[in-house]
Amino acid sequence: MIPGSFDYHRPVSVDEAVGLMGKLGDDALLLAGGHSLIPMMKLRMASPEHLVDLSAIDSLKGIEEIDDTIILRAMTTQHELIASDLITDKLPIIQETSLVIADPQIRYKGTFGGNVANGDPGNDMPAVMQCLDAKLELTGPDGKRQVAARDFYQGAYDTLREDEEILTSVHIPVPSSGHGYAYEKLKRKVGDYATAAAAVVITMSGDKCTSASIGLTNVGDTPLWAKEAGEILNGSSLDNATIDKAVSAAEAITDPASDMRGPAEYRTKMAGMMMRRALERAQSRAKG
Amino acid sequence: MSKSHIELTINGKKVEALVEPRTLLIHFLREEQNITGPHIGCDTGHCGACTVEMDDMSVKSCMTFAVQADGANITTIEGMANPDGTLTALQEGFREMHGLQCGFCTPGMITRAHRLLLENPDPNEDEIRNGIAGNLCRCTGYVNIVRAIQYAAEKMKESPVQEAAE
Amino acid sequence: MNDQVKVDEDRAERVEKLQGMGCKRKRVEDVRFTQGKGNYVDDLKLPGMVFGDFVRSPHAHARIKSIDTSRAQALPGVVAVLTAADLKPLDLHYMPTLAGDVQAVLAEEKVLFQNQEVAFVIAEDRYIASDATELVDVEYEALPAIVDPFKSMDDDAPILREDIKDKMEGAHGPRKHPNHIFEWEIGDKEETDKIFAEADVTIKEMLVDHRTHPSPLETCQSVASFDKITGDLTLWGTFQAPHVIRTVVSLISKIPEHKIHVIAPDIGGGFGNKVGAYAGYVCSVVGSIVLGTPVKWVEDRMENLSTTSFARDYHMSTELAATNEGKITAMRVHVIADHGAFDACADPSKWPAGFMNICTGSYDIPTAHLSVDGVYTNKASGGVAYRCSFRVTEAVFAIERAVELLAQKLDMDAAELRLKNFVKAEQFPYKSALGWEYDSGDYHTAMNKAMEAIGYDDLRKEQAKKREAFKKGKTREIMGIGISFFTEIVGAGPSKNCDILGVAMFDSAEIRIHPTGSVIARMGTKSQGQGHETTYAQIIATEIGIPADDITIEEGNTDTAPYGLGTYGSRSTPVAGAATAVAARKIRAKAQMIAAHTMEVHEGDLEWDVDRFRVKGLPEKAMTMQEIAWTAYNSPPPNMEPGLEAVNYYEPPNMTYPFGSYYCVMDIDVDTGVAKTRRFYALDDCGTRINPMIIEGQVHGGLTEAFACAMGQEIRYDEMGNVMGASFMDFFLPTAVETPHWETDFTVTPSPHHPIGAKGVGESPHVGGVPCFSNAVNDAYSFLGAGHIQMPHDAWRLWQVGERLGLHN
Repeated sequence: MIPGSFDYHRPVSVDEAVGLMGKLGDDALLLAGGHSLIPMMKLRMASPEHLVDLSAIDSLKGIEEIDDTIILRAMTTQHELIASDLITDKLPIIQETSLVIADPQIRYKGTFGGNVANGDPGNDMPAVMQCLDAKLELTGPDGKRQVAARDFYQGAYDTLREDEEILTSVHIPVPSSGHGYAYEKLKRKVGDYATAAAAVVITMSGDKCTSASIGLTNVGDTPLWAKEAGEILNGSSLDNATIDKAVSAAEAITDPASDMRGPAEYRTKMAGMMMRRALERAQSRAKG
Repeated sequence: MSKSHIELTINGKKVEALVEPRTLLIHFLREEQNITGPHIGCDTGHCGACTVEMDDMSVKSCMTFAVQADGANITTIEGMANPDGTLTALQEGFREMHGLQCGFCTPGMITRAHRLLLENPDPNEDEIRNGIAGNLCRCTGYVNIVRAIQYAAEKMKESPVQEAAE
Repeated sequence: MNDQVKVDEDRAERVEKLQGMGCKRKRVEDVRFTQGKGNYVDDLKLPGMVFGDFVRSPHAHARIKSIDTSRAQALPGVVAVLTAADLKPLDLHYMPTLAGDVQAVLAEEKVLFQNQEVAFVIAEDRYIASDATELVDVEYEALPAIVDPFKSMDDDAPILREDIKDKMEGAHGPRKHPNHIFEWEIGDKEETDKIFAEADVTIKEMLVDHRTHPSPLETCQSVASFDKITGDLTLWGTFQAPHVIRTVVSLISKIPEHKIHVIAPDIGGGFGNKVGAYAGYVCSVVGSIVLGTPVKWVEDRMENLSTTSFARDYHMSTELAATNEGKITAMRVHVIADHGAFDACADPSKWPAGFMNICTGSYDIPTAHLSVDGVYTNKASGGVAYRCSFRVTEAVFAIERAVELLAQKLDMDAAELRLKNFVKAEQFPYKSALGWEYDSGDYHTAMNKAMEAIGYDDLRKEQAKKREAFKKGKTREIMGIGISFFTEIVGAGPSKNCDILGVAMFDSAEIRIHPTGSVIARMGTKSQGQGHETTYAQIIATEIGIPADDITIEEGNTDTAPYGLGTYGSRSTPVAGAATAVAARKIRAKAQMIAAHTMEVHEGDLEWDVDRFRVKGLPEKAMTMQEIAWTAYNSPPPNMEPGLEAVNYYEPPNMTYPFGSYYCVMDIDVDTGVAKTRRFYALDDCGTRINPMIIEGQVHGGLTEAFACAMGQEIRYDEMGNVMGASFMDFFLPTAVETPHWETDFTVTPSPHHPIGAKGVGESPHVGGVPCFSNAVNDAYSFLGAGHIQMPHDAWRLWQVGERLGLHN
């Protein structure tokens, strides 16, 4: 499997990258870790004339906390996320998710921003970003703008990012310190996309759930934020009847493809099952 | 399509080359540098036979363009042997524990295990299994690969070896 | 210290120094493999070498209206584009298969499976070749595809093989339909039918051993180099059977066989994938003949999974008859065998269904009947023996599932039923109802040892408790105990019933002792990871008393190696291993004559002692093998040829019959269908054990492949004939995380007819493993009334079983 020919560009600043993308138009694609794009190119399902490699742009790297918001710069790798104390401390669901993405080699090169931005419904981070209500910062010729992760995804590989824009960072409000979380992923083997996966973040006050947010991976053309399911759980004591109702609400918004991972009805039920299990683990982790 | 000029270090040796941007790192190594230890097994980034060490990362060289390695420091299985030609702890471990059969996955497997042990010198079985999950082996069933890595970890504890690239 | 102790110690030291049979000798191969110095086909570079790549059909069944190569030819760097029109004048557009069929090298008028080879583009490098494949314009007229083998012989089924549509006499008898390949039957039909009609108890089930692929980590590849001056062709390739490839290439290219030099260098796994001859090999040869430069062809993974030699796809209607007490009285099996578009099985010529007639298994079943219908479909061709002897995994799957179903029907413990029906130790050699003569076995001992090791009774008690808990809603997990007890048939084989393209299935060894007492030995087999360089040397070391470290084993070069039929079907140890022992014994016999002459005694006065001949009664008077070797070249006895070497072409008197007892303990989450193997215990009896370390490694590997096959690995097609999941994303090759931990054990029942008693082991774990996993899954669900659950047992299919049984409500 051999990719088609292209010209290679390695800008050193965001401005330069944005300028290149504007100039090259839709013949150009951004290259981050490359582990989604390069297989597509080898299969000749993607044949860009230009690749703009973001790896030399220092300002796209790093993790920091500003005013109860974690700012994750786009070229931070999954390996770096796993190793980050700040993430372990403030956003452990991101660490848990990073650990079930692909395999060790791919996590060294695979970037957070690439996973969030490329629009593959199989990617794990988008549903987590929806669950956490993250804001995506896009930089284009007209400057920066923020788009909510819950609005960003329009279809498979179709997002609100314009061709000449670059995802530069993601801004994530830090959940309260006693929050419960879990990312539950059903897959056939290491390296596989999810058959179905669910991200859950909840807060508890005594026996009562005071907030619940749920994201679902790979059970539709886009990641899914299960808004209604979260609303059903919010204010409840997470009793079985309520959970059943919330799971049904989450299952109702799925529309998975039938593929080698299983038929659609299975994947829908597994989305519900993963949500149920994530919720159980999140509850066991929640303090307050 | 214009060619790109790259400079990198491969197994301690400085290399300069003009490459077509689409040249995959694995082909650059195998075809242009005659470094045939890393292999191509799956073409899609699943098998890890093409694994090389690149700037302190285990990287699948069939999922990387050579241009992305511009400025990088790369070590392949060929660069891992002891200077006197004797087997390193890992190479010895794979032989002692029968951690290989056809040998096709072995260069990638050892290269990956090398980094795993640098990051975690005393891994338990579960950590080893997860640590090599990006490398497929069709012959051994992994039990002996786990033992090989454990053997090397023990041996390296007794006499820590320097990183090959140093 | 007394003298006897001293003698014993000295002898033990010399034995250890030999590193002969029975010791865990470290592998010779590993020194190069661990340093990245293996020498595989794609590592080869020759001056002026160019690269070939295929244009493949997007359709499963279509008529080719036109092929226009002009755009591809115009691309700078392209040196040639071959189509069937170019091959036809050379009579090379079809090639013979090992199964008596012909197979298109490049499609002529029709394509018959998706990804079939349509054109071969040759360019200066593989990147340009790849680009050029996109520039070959092929116009197709799509035709309806046959995907379901049960519809192949429908009256209104489209005729697939127009090239042989009028040929009603196939390679194995009359064809019943243009899409029919053969019907093969064996056994006593009348008597079998009678027993079934009168039986106390019968079971019948359609058991499907689904289509999969051997998928070694290295794909199939070749480099052909034709010398236009001398007319010599050198062909490097991934060949499990290099000599057979040489003969095939000679037959189809008309190049005399002595002008063809086939070299199989290191091979990155084979598992049956690299036995046959493929279009890529032929096209690299033709390309090199046409261009006069070396041509390399390297398959990518998608091509490998979707074109070169699938395995299985056997649909086996399986029946057992038994008494109420559980004595099996008869077996009846009918198979629909889906061979794809061409019959390209790699079976011995007389065995279109391989050794499927081993399907009576380890049981003393007095009467049986088996019939097999092979049919064409619009799928890739193959039907190869994937880590097993020919169709033996299929046969063992059939009997081992069937006895479980019978046990269930009789409400009898499945282990007890097996013990009740085993062939008894005193019945060997045992003649089976379907015609094989099992050489040796002690099934009861093996089974009892295994049951004790796994703690069988306690496991059943635990299972009973878990079932109660499940019924009460206290757990969502069910537990399965899988049993399999297999008898393999390997080491093909005796020339009376085994040949490939008319060449009898002997194998060979040539051993030369150098004057200084070191050795080179060459074999007709070819290792793909089995460690032949290590183990053959161990056999020779023990037989002639020269340390294994002083013995070089060479395989894979047809110019230097004696003719052999290659490595597959666990035949290396049973056949070439025997040849090695026999050749070594010839050398020892000559050595004895030399020693007798030199020491001036009668041959009968000498006794063999590890590495030397001693004069009986005069223990200090001896000649070591080293000394004898020197003498053979320096001062051989008068009237004796100098030198010390021997060749043996070994004709096995019978197959060998390894067996084993496997247990699997599995826990299944009924809500997701995810199955976890808690324990897997494998007891193998492969006769004499040459290298226990390598045996253990073979068992681990075979079990892992069995696990994959049973639990999710498949080549699936949609109803249009599109191949699905032909990449390592979907094709289930387990990583270290999914793969269970393996426990191994053994008994030793030597083969009575083999010179060293060895039977072969490489494939046993696969053959025994597949039904063991499937039985564990089936056993887990059996108390819920599931009936037979088809493989593969991936999570979604098991979840569907739960749906069917109402477990999710």
